[in-house]
Amino acid sequence: MTLIHARGLVKRFEGFTAVDGIDVDVQPGEAFGFLGPNGAGKSSTMRMIGCVSPPTGGELRILGMDPVREGPKIRARLGVCPQLDNLDLELTVRENLTTYARFFGIPRKVARARADELLDFVQLTERADSKVEPLSGGMKRRLTIARALVNEPEIVLLDEPTTGLDPQARHLVWERLFRLKQQGVTLVLTTHYMDEAEQLCDRLVVMDAGKIVAEGSPRALIDRYSTREVVELRFAAESQEPFASKLDGIGERVEVLPDRILLYVEHGDEAVAEVQGRALSPAGVLVRRSSLEDVFLTLTGRTLVD
Amino acid sequence: MVTLVLPRLISYEGAARRSGYVVERNAATLSRSYWLVMISGFLEPVLYLFSIGLGVGSLVGDLTLPDGRVIEYAAFVAPAMLASSSMTGALSETTFNFFGKMKFRKLYDGMLATPVRPIEIALGELAWAMARGNIYAAAFLVIMVAMDLTTPARAVLAFFAAILVGFAFGGLGMALSTYMKSWQDFDIVVSVQFTLFLFSGTFVPATSYPAALRWLVEATPLYRAVDLIRALTTGSAGWFQLLDIAYLLAALALGLTIAGRRMGKLLLK
Repeated sequence: MTLIHARGLVKRFEGFTAVDGIDVDVQPGEAFGFLGPNGAGKSSTMRMIGCVSPPTGGELRILGMDPVREGPKIRARLGVCPQLDNLDLELTVRENLTTYARFFGIPRKVARARADELLDFVQLTERADSKVEPLSGGMKRRLTIARALVNEPEIVLLDEPTTGLDPQARHLVWERLFRLKQQGVTLVLTTHYMDEAEQLCDRLVVMDAGKIVAEGSPRALIDRYSTREVVELRFAAESQEPFASKLDGIGERVEVLPDRILLYVEHGDEAVAEVQGRALSPAGVLVRRSSLEDVFLTLTGRTLVD
Repeated sequence: MVTLVLPRLISYEGAARRSGYVVERNAATLSRSYWLVMISGFLEPVLYLFSIGLGVGSLVGDLTLPDGRVIEYAAFVAPAMLASSSMTGALSETTFNFFGKMKFRKLYDGMLATPVRPIEIALGELAWAMARGNIYAAAFLVIMVAMDLTTPARAVLAFFAAILVGFAFGGLGMALSTYMKSWQDFDIVVSVQFTLFLFSGTFVPATSYPAALRWLVEATPLYRAVDLIRALTTGSAGWFQLLDIAYLLAALALGLTIAGRRMGKLLLK
């Protein structure tokens, strides 16, 4: 069965359209991602899927049910990790899990046992009796993720799960999410980090201005919309623009960014040799593999993180 | 018939259960220092009773009720203090605390990601606010009985009336909070509350105001609350008090309906 099924889904707020007719299907056990810059409509989509925001138009079925009429029933089977932690600051770490479990009607005893299990899973057992406020950003996020798992959900919705975290905290979150994925939990996440999407998602859609501009696995998207390798050149000058014309003919495409020039090529080293052959001496040269960032740039002409 | 009614009943039962979880959450936040808050809430009406009921009362002397009976001033003021403390308790919980939880601490956003619905949050918060207010009311009535300002039987009736008063103001407070934009708006609530406290037949009978003002006073919710509780504690209740009860029930229903709808609108965008 398709867990999430959307056709022509629209969300309009006064004066603007946040989600502009998207089609989405999420299958059980999948890690599905919405990749796009801020304001692309990812969070609005997530809120509609989480049954806390009624769609303005189109069709939406979650677990085979209608989110407007059967919201409470659907939410009982979802786990939600919102973009901004909304943990209960008046409660301790453990109480945040046990009281949340009660909202799902889980018996107290079961709630306590599950809270201990989850604290262990997100490595917060030692902080169980601490209040939430003094926790670091990464710990708070892990607690929010644990809270989203308290009802043993069939789908876990994660809105920007690692935004605002330092690299170490991010990796810890990724590692936990990867474990969940291995346990067969269906993950639906939004992100504007291409590395996050590449690490976690089996399949993703690229969103821009409320629309889906591409869909596929990270690998397939890169193969389809970008070259194998990318050469990044930085010239020590006010503007990179004048150098672009001098690079004509090298690789498949040249992209000029404010601080660097990207050359889309099959073989990076060969391209670098050719650049040097034209007597150009960039201050910085980097050869790397294509990423989803490049896919997004190709599709929209803009970068993901500005 | 059964198939028609049963699902309804089950859904109501579910609503009550889920409102109960909201109450549970609040109970879990109680800290060991909570008794300090409790004592201050309890002391307020008691202090008013002593300073005005007994203090000013000794200057005023006895008072003649509309039905001709004569009672001491403290017996006149005490039920009004009970009614206003029910109002104040209910309003502080359902305006300041409720608004803070909804707008700033985003507490309800987390709850709404679970099967709990907006109206169930409203009901749970209201029930919680009442639980606290009822303890104050009970304690205050015990003092009234001890001071011979009412009889135990009348105090029991007045206790239930105080619960109704709390619910009515709690419902109204919640509905108001959903229209508040910032903390500044609460200054208005506090001023209105204080005006009600001073002029709702609390310290002087409404009959001593000019006719036009009297009608205005008698239309306010606190006046109806004072009228109901005073009639009960002084033993002068009649058919007229049914109007008070109907008024307060209507205020509760109106408040809850508005609060549930507005919360849905504000939180489920």
